[in-house]
Amino acid sequence: MELTRLSALELGREIKKGQVTVTQAVKEQLSVIKARDAKYQCFITVKTDKALEQAEVVQKKIELGEYKNSPIAGVPVAIKDNICVKEMTTTCASKMLDNFEPGYHATVIGKLKEAGAIIIGKTNMDEFAMGSTTETSHFGETKNPWNIERVPGGSSGGSAAAVAAEEVPIALGSDTGGSIRQPSAFCGVTGIKPTYGTVSRSGLIAYASSLDQIGPIGRTVSDCASLLEIIAGHDIKDSTSVPELAKNYTEGLVDDVKGMRIGIPRDYIGEGLGTEIKEAVIQAGKVLEDKGAIVEFFNLDMVDYAIPAYYVIASAEASSNLSRYDGIKYGYRAKESTNLQEVYKKTRNEGFGQEVKRRMMIGAFVLSSGYYDAYYIKALQVKALIKKAFDNAFKKYDFILGPTAPTTALKLGNNLNDPLKMYLGDIYTVSVNLAGLPAISLPYGIDSKGLPIGIQMIGDVFKEKTIIRGAYALEQTRPYVRPVL
Amino acid sequence: MKSYETVIGLEVHCELDTKSKIFCGCTTQFGGEPNTHVCPVCSGMPGTLPVLNKQVVNYALKAGIALGCDITRYCKFDRKNYFYPDLPKAYQISQLYLPICRNGYIEIEAESGRKQIGIHEIHMEEDAGKLIHDEWEDCTIVDYNRCGVPLIEIVSEPDMRSAGEVIAYLEKLKLILQYLSVSDCKMQEGSLRADINLSVREVGSEVFGTRTEMKNMNSFKAIARAIEGEQKRQIELLEEGKTVLQETRRWDDNKDTSFGMRSKEDAQDYRYFPDPDLPPVSISEAWINKIKAEQPELRDEKKARYIKAFGIPEYDAGIITGSKVMAGIFESAVDLCKKPKEVSNWLMVETMRLLKVNDMEAEEIHFSSENLAKLIDLVDKGVINRTVAKKVYEVIFTDDIDPEQYVEENGLKMDTDDGQLRMVIEKVLAENEKSVQDIKAGKTKAVGYLVGQTMKAMKGKADPGMVNRLLTEMLS
Amino acid sequence: MISDEIIKYVAALAKLDLSEEEAAKAKKDLSEMIDYVNQMNELDTTGIEPMSHVFAYDNVFREDMVTNRPERDMILSNAPEKKDGGFKVPKTVE
Repeated sequence: MELTRLSALELGREIKKGQVTVTQAVKEQLSVIKARDAKYQCFITVKTDKALEQAEVVQKKIELGEYKNSPIAGVPVAIKDNICVKEMTTTCASKMLDNFEPGYHATVIGKLKEAGAIIIGKTNMDEFAMGSTTETSHFGETKNPWNIERVPGGSSGGSAAAVAAEEVPIALGSDTGGSIRQPSAFCGVTGIKPTYGTVSRSGLIAYASSLDQIGPIGRTVSDCASLLEIIAGHDIKDSTSVPELAKNYTEGLVDDVKGMRIGIPRDYIGEGLGTEIKEAVIQAGKVLEDKGAIVEFFNLDMVDYAIPAYYVIASAEASSNLSRYDGIKYGYRAKESTNLQEVYKKTRNEGFGQEVKRRMMIGAFVLSSGYYDAYYIKALQVKALIKKAFDNAFKKYDFILGPTAPTTALKLGNNLNDPLKMYLGDIYTVSVNLAGLPAISLPYGIDSKGLPIGIQMIGDVFKEKTIIRGAYALEQTRPYVRPVL
Repeated sequence: MKSYETVIGLEVHCELDTKSKIFCGCTTQFGGEPNTHVCPVCSGMPGTLPVLNKQVVNYALKAGIALGCDITRYCKFDRKNYFYPDLPKAYQISQLYLPICRNGYIEIEAESGRKQIGIHEIHMEEDAGKLIHDEWEDCTIVDYNRCGVPLIEIVSEPDMRSAGEVIAYLEKLKLILQYLSVSDCKMQEGSLRADINLSVREVGSEVFGTRTEMKNMNSFKAIARAIEGEQKRQIELLEEGKTVLQETRRWDDNKDTSFGMRSKEDAQDYRYFPDPDLPPVSISEAWINKIKAEQPELRDEKKARYIKAFGIPEYDAGIITGSKVMAGIFESAVDLCKKPKEVSNWLMVETMRLLKVNDMEAEEIHFSSENLAKLIDLVDKGVINRTVAKKVYEVIFTDDIDPEQYVEENGLKMDTDDGQLRMVIEKVLAENEKSVQDIKAGKTKAVGYLVGQTMKAMKGKADPGMVNRLLTEMLS
Repeated sequence: MISDEIIKYVAALAKLDLSEEEAAKAKKDLSEMIDYVNQMNELDTTGIEPMSHVFAYDNVFREDMVTNRPERDMILSNAPEKKDGGFKVPKTVE
């Protein structure tokens, strides 16, 4: 039994049964990381000693009967490096924070620890979560385990790749415009972006506050549903976290879609979508129909306006959220700054990468006097219309089925020169963030280039269980496919 | 010579007297070692989020309602973005688009008569930190203790026309906020700060002149001086045919003049937008009614009541109600001893004197009404005379001692023993033959001298009235 | 649509010290981006309330209690430069 091939839930069960100790599991995981990460570069930080320490502690507790209700006690988890973990660096893959050690855990980390999960390390990402390929990381690129000349997607590329490469069974990522779902699709794994407000953002280093959510990435829908149950919940430290939440997501793990009404937007499967991906979506629709669901095509509308609205809003919020990086309180500070203005300007110019600077300038522009109404307010109005379009769709359908991304994994190296082209790759994911909806990306086939295809199921607010059900049903017909590692 | 009119508007920042900060659970206590009243939220650490202190909304509503404002039933917080070391997030959470209160007023009485000064709006915001200039090393140290202390900013209409009106406005505003217990309004501690917007124009002009903003005045007197100075400066400029530059000026009270501040390098574009981390605040009718019902008696009401119910003169009522602490002592002491005129007298004469001597504000009074009431009773019952009482009062004022105990311990009781007094008077008469002759010759003024000598011999513990009677009796 | 002045302006607002090359690239990128974003103008949004928050909930409060203790060491632990219990910056003149 190769431990590192097991799903998180499977490993959790083996540990509880006493078939394997936490220390064994963690040791094996660490040796896989050692063997493979030089190739894939999923991790920024691996805390070997700490992980083994944690393993010992958790093992003892399990033997004493603790963690009875936690299915992932003793299971290693990787954390995207924009989520604060005490006593290790949280860098956001940026020079600006490459030595930042928070004195506090993010709320989700506290929840993972309470569940007995073992935090193995911090994964690579696009700098400050801005990007779709993980190429904007200050620490270098992550390679897609399916093909090392390809990107793993972004911005949670490190987390998705680590799961695909079996360096961990589960990981946490964050999703602002598709950053969990798109890398999950590119790497052939499952990822969920929950309804906005479901998972606490306290300790998540902010990119776009009204859009960011932390979510699970795993090799199975069940793993993701379980992990989501653990990290979801109201947090008094996050004023945008939903006060009362029913988190019984694992109840959706049933292979039963009879009578469910599923809509496939025509505007999602038109021009611009790769043929093989389109076929995968249609095929998934047929399978669901065969299983008793009612599947039909419809016009979602507003699709073209999602990206402009997203980029205006996200850049605006990011420009404000990133102003705190000024060389004074933490992080990078430019040497040889003789006056205050130099400290600010040199630090920020040297500490941030191109893409971050670009978005901060766009953000400053759309918020500046004279342009605020035409851009920022306009974008918020478009956002309202997009939400309305989804509300109308959900009057008819239980969930929406479509592609996650217009292509499979792009080639490494030539994506950053044409930012607009890269932004257009977010077409199916950003509107979900704008409307605050939950969505899951499920691997569904391999294309002729040998790259995984991801399909997306979008639910109405707080309907994670519904999309989990749809994804679970499909997963039964197409179990997880492993890349050649 | 042309005739000019000064137009003044005020932006007053008032620190609210909540226990904890506006967006986190740190203390709002003044002072403390640098960065000891600070947490990751108020120091802007990555990943942290604000959570609104309900009491801040309560206090803002109290202020708004007392100032006659319309309450904005659905209000939001906005981010004001700019870079400065005392601002850790590089944005201040404030309210621009939907401030909590609008369109209020304060009625003042100044040399020009009674007038209403409009209040444009009141909004909630967080305070910034402090910069400490290090002399040794030519650098600046940043302390975030004050970051996140809740503020309300009260913006007036440009309705004031003189330093007198401004001071009347500020004094009334300060009293209202103190009576509401929403702030201690101590200018010297920075819990009340005023920025002055001032312009001048020819009398009769309907257009406003260019205005300047003045900051950094630490007392009402400094504000008055700053206004006089700036008014003069602007008029002089206009008389010379020059224009007034729109700028922020820093008042230097030592030099009795203002200086243009170095203009900030970047554009003043604050890029306000609604803070996505904070849900809006929705204020119900029930909430407003609750605040209204709980509103304490404010100064004007109280003053009128004192005059009517206790029969004390308007001037005295004005002074006593001019301080929440003093009014509190008055009411409480009257409740205990039932002698309003006495209490009033002690406050108006001895207390005011001691405040002046000790350079204290009425708000700093720390003796209890119980002890004042006891003192009054002691005099009333004839246990001590007024001269002794004044001395005892001084100790009450400083140390809040129990006068009954103090009189007992120090043997200060008035001597009402007739016999002993007669003996002492005999001795005094014997020692002052000349005075006795003078009195017998008709110089009645000398009686006073003998009373004094007797009191001295009695170590002040006699009842002067009695001394006078006995003396007169024994002289005849 | 995006002029050199605008690039200078937004760079100043964002406190970035762009080189000439960077400024030229930024001008190109922003121009492209803003042109693209302008397509939002095709939509008639008259009367639509700008949506800041996705959910209708409001009044999220905490009680007025002091729950934090001094933790200066942690607060200063990542400071690039510190002195006398505070963050150190070059002399800042008002």
